[in-house]
Amino acid sequence: MQIRKIRELLNAELLCGEEMLDDEVSYGFGADLMSDALAHTDSDTLLLTGLCNPQAIRTADMLDIAHVVFVRGKRPDEGMLRLARESGICVLATRCTMFKACGLLYGAGLSGGELHG
Amino acid sequence: MDDSLVLEYDVPGDDFTRAGEASSATKATLKRLGLPADIIRRVSIVMYEGEINMVIHADGGKATVTVSPDAVTMVLKDTGPGIPDVDKAMQAGWSTASGAARDLGFGAGMGLPNMKKWSDRMTIDTAVGVGTTVTAVIDL
Ligand SMILES: Nc1ncnc2c1ncn2[C@@H]1O[C@H](COP(=O)(O)OP(=O)(O)OP(=O)(O)O)[C@@H](O)[C@H]1O
Ligand SMILES: [Mg+2]
Repeated sequence: MQIRKIRELLNAELLCGEEMLDDEVSYGFGADLMSDALAHTDSDTLLLTGLCNPQAIRTADMLDIAHVVFVRGKRPDEGMLRLARESGICVLATRCTMFKACGLLYGAGLSGGELHG
Repeated sequence: MDDSLVLEYDVPGDDFTRAGEASSATKATLKRLGLPADIIRRVSIVMYEGEINMVIHADGGKATVTVSPDAVTMVLKDTGPGIPDVDKAMQAGWSTASGAARDLGFGAGMGLPNMKKWSDRMTIDTAVGVGTTVTAVIDL
């Protein structure tokens, strides 16, 4: 699914990574605990999280995840966005809850992927 | 003399926003060295989990990464409280993380099992009141 479409579906604001709107992701993973993401996520994945601190961006970076959505109206600060730009990560923010954001994307055809192990 | 590269980092225990800097720096170096992407990803995950553990459980420590022709070896050494029961700590979902650590996005009890899963070999050397050294090896 194209990031542009994800932005539309979630009525999300693009906070950085404008040049990445045409990228595609195959899977979505929603988590507020980062080790869950670190255990179970492939790189070709959109990370949805309500955890708004630099570790959300770092976790994405470690996983080679290039697209992150902050849910529930969370707004990353400038330091987090700087880190995202340095790491080549596209950041969106939506007012949707985690449940609604995941539901909208899943309903539109984004796959959930499988648990690893 | 062998042709190993050794990277050393101090991991501060008092600044959570900086946790992960050593892992990021290691990732960047391995990229520059041209290691395969899947190896870099595994090293990054293992090192990051270990680095976060040192910050949230042990007030920081030292990370040493050795890149040799046949392996990447990470040694994460702290002088924190130690782990009383390593078997328990290795169980998925077992955690003593504080509410504060959970608010920061950690404390699922997945870090150590995750590190073991992504490394080829991992050992934990720990003593209560003395500290913990986790050594993880990823073969090239
Ligand atoms: N360096 C360390 N020093 C002292 N105790 C540790 C250290 N690393 C891990 N532990 C102990 O082992 C437990 C399990 O660690 P593990 O990394 O698997 O989970 P966690 O850190 O609690 O949560 P998560 O990694 O999912 O965020 C911890 O809760 C803690 O009690
Ligand atoms: Mg941990």
